[in-house]
Amino acid sequence: MLYREAGQFKTSYSADQAMLTIPLDRWFVFALAAFAIVGVPLLASEYLMVSILLPVLILSIAALGLNILTGYCGQLSLGTGAFMAAGAYLAYKIATNITWLPIWVVIPLAGLCAAAIGIAFGLPSLRIKGFYLAVATLAAQFFLLWLFVKVPWFVNDSISGVPPAPPRTVFGFQVTGAAAGDEAKYLFVLAFVIALAWIARNLARSRIGRSWMAIRDMDIAAELVGIRPLPTKLSAFAISSFYCGVAGALWAMCYINSVEPTAFDINRSFQVLFMVIVGGLGSVLGSFLGAAFIFLLPIFLNSAPGWFGYSVASDTITHIEFMLFGVLIIFFLIVEPHGLARLWQIAKEKLRLWPFPY
Amino acid sequence: METLYLIFIDPFVQMVVEPAFLVEVLIGGLTSGVMYSLVALGFVLIFKASGIFNFAQGIFVLFAALNFVGLMDLGVHPILAFVITIGIMTALAFVVDRLVLRPLVNQDPIILFMATIGIAFFLEGFGETLWGGDVRPVRVGIPDEALFWEAGFGEILVQSADLFAGVIAAFLVTTLALFFHFTPVGRALRAVADDHQAALSVGIPLNNIWVIVWAVAGFVALAAGIMWGAKLGVQFALSTIALKALPVLILGGFTSIPGAIIGGLIVGAGEKVFENYWGVPLLEGATEDWFAYIVAMIFLFFRPQGLFGEKIIERV
Amino acid sequence: MTRPGDILLSVKDISLRFGGVRALTDVSFDIHEGEIFAIIGPNGAGKSSMLNCINGFYHPQEGTITFKGAQRRQMRPHEAAAQGISRTFQNIALFKGMTTLENVMTGRMLKMRASLAEQALYIGRGRREEIEHREKVEEVIDFLEIQSIRKTPVGRLPYGLQKRVELARALAAEPELLLLDEPMAGMNVEEKEDMCRFVLSTNHELGTTIALIEHDMGVVMDLSDRVVVLDYGKKLAEGTPDEVRGNQDVIDAYLGVSHD
Ligand SMILES: Nc1ncnc2c1ncn2[C@@H]1O[C@H](COP(=O)(O)OP(=O)(O)O)[C@@H](O)[C@H]1O
Ligand SMILES: [Mg+2]
Repeated sequence: MLYREAGQFKTSYSADQAMLTIPLDRWFVFALAAFAIVGVPLLASEYLMVSILLPVLILSIAALGLNILTGYCGQLSLGTGAFMAAGAYLAYKIATNITWLPIWVVIPLAGLCAAAIGIAFGLPSLRIKGFYLAVATLAAQFFLLWLFVKVPWFVNDSISGVPPAPPRTVFGFQVTGAAAGDEAKYLFVLAFVIALAWIARNLARSRIGRSWMAIRDMDIAAELVGIRPLPTKLSAFAISSFYCGVAGALWAMCYINSVEPTAFDINRSFQVLFMVIVGGLGSVLGSFLGAAFIFLLPIFLNSAPGWFGYSVASDTITHIEFMLFGVLIIFFLIVEPHGLARLWQIAKEKLRLWPFPY
Repeated sequence: METLYLIFIDPFVQMVVEPAFLVEVLIGGLTSGVMYSLVALGFVLIFKASGIFNFAQGIFVLFAALNFVGLMDLGVHPILAFVITIGIMTALAFVVDRLVLRPLVNQDPIILFMATIGIAFFLEGFGETLWGGDVRPVRVGIPDEALFWEAGFGEILVQSADLFAGVIAAFLVTTLALFFHFTPVGRALRAVADDHQAALSVGIPLNNIWVIVWAVAGFVALAAGIMWGAKLGVQFALSTIALKALPVLILGGFTSIPGAIIGGLIVGAGEKVFENYWGVPLLEGATEDWFAYIVAMIFLFFRPQGLFGEKIIERV
Repeated sequence: MTRPGDILLSVKDISLRFGGVRALTDVSFDIHEGEIFAIIGPNGAGKSSMLNCINGFYHPQEGTITFKGAQRRQMRPHEAAAQGISRTFQNIALFKGMTTLENVMTGRMLKMRASLAEQALYIGRGRREEIEHREKVEEVIDFLEIQSIRKTPVGRLPYGLQKRVELARALAAEPELLLLDEPMAGMNVEEKEDMCRFVLSTNHELGTTIALIEHDMGVVMDLSDRVVVLDYGKKLAEGTPDEVRGNQDVIDAYLGVSHD
């Protein structure tokens, strides 16, 4: 009985309000963060760091963003890709036009631009809710992508339309563009991930998080306790789009090293939505688990037959992937709407009782 | 000044000067509009009867068409293929009801909506696993040739397949409207959303009412799929185009069958006219990608219940 | 038994229609500070509609509502909340995905001031407020004896407890006027007794003015200082429980004498 809750009485409300109430949880998170900062760059292979961890971390930010909107506030969005695109294109525009601005300022700034755009497309939530809103977010998806492709201003009139990410440094280390070092890129992204995850957790346990959940669970009663629906929904749109914008900017600057529209099409929107559903609606941890799971599943499917000496045509794999995603979505919605995050919790509860089965 | 002229005056001048071109654009728009209408119709049927927003309706069209074409490629007679496909769609309705809808009964609409996204992905993968992902032409003997029609103001080019699609759609819509208004089963289906007693009184076990509705929607999907396939071949693109049924619904209202039809026609014609008179000259084209969605969004601001939908009143 | 205080809320000539349905017709009454005021009447009489008008869910076509001396015609529910009106619903309206504690904390919503940045970083007021208001909320939780379900998602609670959590959320706002729509409907005798006790002690210990809708006449007679009777949207009678009980119209309405 190493891992336990009983016997650790909280003596003040402030201790009970703390983010992670069980000391072991706290240690675990600190240890994980320390390992991610120090251990991974020392130990992990280039492939693992750049081709797996980097995209998973960036997509986790997008999943956090969508989770704020859909999981916490109950407003469905199919436009995540577009808000990511907004972050990517505007980060490029700002970075190349205000060259003296440090890149770690540029990226949040691009996030703020995405937030403003998010508010604009969230305005119909004044009159409608739930799936009606999906159409407004589809409008964002198709219109914004069209806009970024058709208006050369966003890419400084680049002939190809797909300009490379500008090289930028932090503390003398190049962190963006193709020539940036793996460790530098990874740590740069990790810094954003840690900060944004921590902020998301704080928001979720504060007044604003409770107002989002209240709107999600019963908007009529929410008004009754004094929550104004429109500003609350718009704040969820803004903050969600901010997260997505930052994720899009990092995706373009640090991962694919160029600004291209195909990275942010409607498939991206669905991918992030699946991450949120599978990971757990309304859970910060779930956003990470979901991002890792959904990103790794296709990689696993592609390599698994090889391990057993089979070879399967790649379009067959794609079809299986589609079916599997479909089944997983339905499975999690029916069996465990709180997703992998909840399964993780259940596992912990089992562990807490271990070795006694009851 | 120049720009204002191009936006507000020139397009209309063009329309008057070259009416034959306008008519062609309109016909092209209306024929794709008919397809939107048919997909939207499937949405409305399910939404009216069960309050579920079936995102997978677009994939149903693809899936039905894939089965139909796949069977025909195996040498099955078109009529038999049609019947078998209806059987498949009914079986699908049954499976969806038992495995997805029932376990989620009384859940938030948004959860059900997401579940139908899951259905859509599953079916897309499943259909292609069964039948492969190539573009397949549909040959059911729908004639496809260019007809020239001599109107008073010029010669107009029409595809006979488009006319045919229009006729089938009109027929289908009329049949469904009659079915819903004049048969007891149809009336019960209409009533079931708010009055379960009505359904019971005509002897439909409530248990199966969703299956029936989903099967009817499957039938509509098949009809749409065949026509669409005859025009463009059965392919993935069907499912993305089918997304446009969503703005069509916003326009027409989620609960109105005529709304779905008229909404589809408006969207189809509107986006073609906009593309030809404003999109290409002023905006570098490809405005069809978003036109319908932006129009729908404007509607959401000013008339969220759509043109024909019922006003939504909250009860406390 | 009446304790005549100043008038807290005055409803004057309220008429409310839904299309052809006249839910309320020219209803007037006053609620005094510190009293327990009951609204009774058969099903469909317009009782819930009356509460909905008072806290801004419905907007009556005619008539005025004066609360704390300020007259108004229209108001949004969150504005009513800001002025000190809280309520519970006939069909429980809790936030199902949130825990009891979180639900009750939403009752403090209007009293919290931390900025977005303070909440995001959990510093300064962001942190301080969470703890201060938690203390207040714990008082309410103790008061209603729901300590043991603090961290349970309310969706998993039995009906009777959910009603209690809903009351807790309303009380957490420290309202001046508390509207209770059938707080005891569907409860067993024991739960009803508990609920009566809570309503009475809310009124006596916290001094909250209460307007409640209730079907159980015994409960109404025990609890309330004054009663108004509605039938078919019209006011039938008003007075102390005893006066109302003796009123011939009321007896007719309740015994189902035909209306013509
Ligand atoms: N939102 C609404 N739309 C239409 N009619 C309503 C609405 N709310 C209440 N009514 C009608 O008003 C009348 C009074 O209802 P209500 O106030 O709920 O009665 P009570 O609470 O006394 O049982 C009923 O006939 C009811 O059908
Ligand atoms: Mg009532």
